[in-house]
Amino acid sequence: MTTTQVTPTPPTTAKPVTQLGDRIFAGSAKGAGILILVVLAGVAAFLLSEALPAIVAPADELPGDQGLMVYIWPLLFGTLLSAFLALVIATPLAVCVALFISHYAPRRLAQGLGYLVDLLAAVPSIVYGLWGAWTLAPASVGLTTWLNDYLGWIPLFAGPVSTTGRTMLVAGLVLAVMILPIITAVAREVFLQTPKLHEEAALALGATRWEMIRMAVIPFGRSGVISGAMLGLGRALGETMAVAIVLSVSGAVTFNLISSGNPSTIAANIALQFPESSGLAVNTLIASGLVLFVVTLAVNMLARYIVNRRREFSGAN
Amino acid sequence: MSTGTERTDIDTTSLEAPATSTPDVPRVQGTLPRWAPWGLLAGAAVVVGAILAVTGFSVGLWVFLTAVLFALATYVISRMVEGARRATDRLVTVIVSAAFLVAMIPLISVIWTVVSNGIARFDVAFFTNSMRGVVGEGGGAYHAIVGTLIITGLAAVMSIPIGVLTAIFLVEYGRGRLSRAITFFVDVMTGIPSIVAGLFAYALFALILGPGVRMGFAGAVALTVLMIPIVVRSTEEMLKIVPNELREASYALGVPKWRTILKVVIPTTAGGIATGITLAIARVIGETAPLLVAVGITTGVNLNPFDDRMATLPVFSYYSYVAPGIPREPFLDRAWTAALVLMIIVMLLNVVARIISRAFAPKTR
Amino acid sequence: MSKNIDAKDLSIYYGSFRAVEGVNISIRKQTVTALIGPSGCGKSTFLRSINRMHEVIPGAHVEGRLELDGQDLYGPGVDPVGVRRQIGMVFQRPNPFPTMSIYDNVIAGMRLNNKKSKKADLDDTVERSLRGANLWNEVKDRLDKPGSSLSGGQQQRLCIARAIAVQPDVLLMDEPCSALDPISTLAIEDLINELKTDYTIVIVTHNMQQAARVSDFTGFFNIEGTGKPGKLVEMDETKTIFSQPKQKATEDYVSGRFG
Repeated sequence: MTTTQVTPTPPTTAKPVTQLGDRIFAGSAKGAGILILVVLAGVAAFLLSEALPAIVAPADELPGDQGLMVYIWPLLFGTLLSAFLALVIATPLAVCVALFISHYAPRRLAQGLGYLVDLLAAVPSIVYGLWGAWTLAPASVGLTTWLNDYLGWIPLFAGPVSTTGRTMLVAGLVLAVMILPIITAVAREVFLQTPKLHEEAALALGATRWEMIRMAVIPFGRSGVISGAMLGLGRALGETMAVAIVLSVSGAVTFNLISSGNPSTIAANIALQFPESSGLAVNTLIASGLVLFVVTLAVNMLARYIVNRRREFSGAN
Repeated sequence: MSTGTERTDIDTTSLEAPATSTPDVPRVQGTLPRWAPWGLLAGAAVVVGAILAVTGFSVGLWVFLTAVLFALATYVISRMVEGARRATDRLVTVIVSAAFLVAMIPLISVIWTVVSNGIARFDVAFFTNSMRGVVGEGGGAYHAIVGTLIITGLAAVMSIPIGVLTAIFLVEYGRGRLSRAITFFVDVMTGIPSIVAGLFAYALFALILGPGVRMGFAGAVALTVLMIPIVVRSTEEMLKIVPNELREASYALGVPKWRTILKVVIPTTAGGIATGITLAIARVIGETAPLLVAVGITTGVNLNPFDDRMATLPVFSYYSYVAPGIPREPFLDRAWTAALVLMIIVMLLNVVARIISRAFAPKTR
Repeated sequence: MSKNIDAKDLSIYYGSFRAVEGVNISIRKQTVTALIGPSGCGKSTFLRSINRMHEVIPGAHVEGRLELDGQDLYGPGVDPVGVRRQIGMVFQRPNPFPTMSIYDNVIAGMRLNNKKSKKADLDDTVERSLRGANLWNEVKDRLDKPGSSLSGGQQQRLCIARAIAVQPDVLLMDEPCSALDPISTLAIEDLINELKTDYTIVIVTHNMQQAARVSDFTGFFNIEGTGKPGKLVEMDETKTIFSQPKQKATEDYVSGRFG
């Protein structure tokens, strides 16, 4: 028989015949894709160019007279603290809610609850902000007083207790409430996708419902939960209005969650300062926005990395 | 999964009979009756209530302690009667259900707060009057509603074609480095904080028109940046669902690719794409921060998005709340009503999206 | 209407991977030619190369010549879209367009190409094609129902009606019965016998009884191992292939000794 060695041949030289309509349509689709790249490059470029004056300006001309790093650091700290707080509160709850909807609630109820969670994920952040300031903050005073009385030796609850309740703890709680539906929606989605065969295999081994969930559902859904949590973290980091309305700020860098002296967050600070700012102050705010952009970008990259690395082991395909 | 409990109940009862005769089969000590959880819950509530009646009653504490006692009692009793594994299972069930209820509290509270506070000014004047010349009571958010519709509409007009075409490129034409780059950067765009999008729009127009610029179109550009990745993602998902067999059937009839996409692929999944777009609009229509930065606020009706500040519902609500005039009450009322209207719009868009996806669901096989 | 197909030293590539090597075959008009062979032997790839459907996969190209009544299908300036209008295709699984009615499915070839036609002409086409596909009597009262409301066998005949509505010269069938029950399969096989007076038919099948039942000529494709290109081992009249094939491999395959 003839040799079967594969000889790499160059593609046919004749240009493939394509119709005019095809070329126009493919071109415009491609153009739209390229436009997105241009827009994103534009976001980076314009932010950089508008932030540049603040970066190169002498320290004493900036708001606070201490230089850009000193200005941004407390804000960055507040951003990370509030978002982390929200994540710690929301993730376990979200996993439980997702499990409840996917594996505990009666089937008919589950679909309605799913819709409800999706709906709550879409509620505008301003609504959560108003609720946090109006309802949650006053209601939190009793709890924070109690925490201070009995757990005051922990630095987190050192006090003095804010009388208005507009504390970092409340800001974190509001953010947690906001990202709860987001994480839940993602987690529920992956829990529901657990292969029925895996679940039945576990049950056939005599596993209780919880053992089945631990053996089949959680390992399958883990990367989904992580990516959902990272999505929520990204939202919490960039969330503006809720924090701007709820938090009473002093610029202090502190882990004290229940006093009235709190660091602001980058996003909230921009929202609060921007409308009244001009000149170099605007450039400074844009520079802080750039920092926020970089931080959220890093979180998203990390999430994607984790998900991609985990995917091979999750059994999902 | 609703039948999980019954199923395990049946398992154990069927195990029980041989368990007595053949010692090799693991013995199940017993099973709690079906009413046991409810009985325990009621018992815990009564016990905690009785204790609190002596020490001083508070609803929050009562619910909290009841839950704790219920979980503990369930675990201990189940462990004694049914063994450790069943006890853990019951405990987790209690925890998961409790976590669900805990999570529902704030969400219901949000809705209750907005509705009860917002209903006061949910009247005709709110939808027909602007705030021009209004110092105290009265006035409305007509200007803000119009502004929100104009800006969101502009954003939709810009982002839908770009987003849908990009998704088509990625699914139907995409390969090689360009499509990988676009996929990656769309992911990046998904993570842009909304305030940063606002800053971008401001920076863009400040460079062109000088610092301090505010206009509706800048807000629309900011919302476009936020909306494009959502549209791309959802449309991409929908296009991927369309079976390749349909594309092949069309090609085999001698239909060029672009007509195949326009006349076969897109109609097949039109409902899904429309649903995704509707949800994307719902997502951006409530955005406050970028509009605060790029558009500002005004008291009168401004129909020209290319000139000067415009009012929008979320920004209107924000300023009415944080910077009320004197007396405060009418401003707060308007803030809540604006939030309520916004929430209703978002929910309506969600309902519309569901209806679209139901009505246009591809009839497969 | 019906035309001859001649492949001359045709090799088919996906990128640099050679999927099918050196096919020389002559398919005569108004006959049914069956292509048989084990999975992955390149028979489907060869079939799809006849109307350039394999080019849907990026990087696919051919060497050699493929002629339709002497016209080179891969010549410079030949539009693959035009080729597909002359050479229709029916797929493994019935794939009517889910958004279209039965009526619209039949005339999809015209409608999708934006040909303006009179209603009466379209009605004629629909009736002629559905009659040609032995489906007219079953669906004439519900032409406005979605194509997906039909049974699997009816859907496949609808797809055949759709393919012949554009009046092609050749009809390619890629395992058209593999997703159908025996009764529906019989209906399709009967239909193939009727269609061959008007069309050149090439059918890929895994079912050797089917090849023996419906075809006049049979080509046997084989592959030596994974990663190697598929080849046309032998092509002859069907009864020769199944009774006294010249090649050992063919005999082994048709007698069920492997594959």
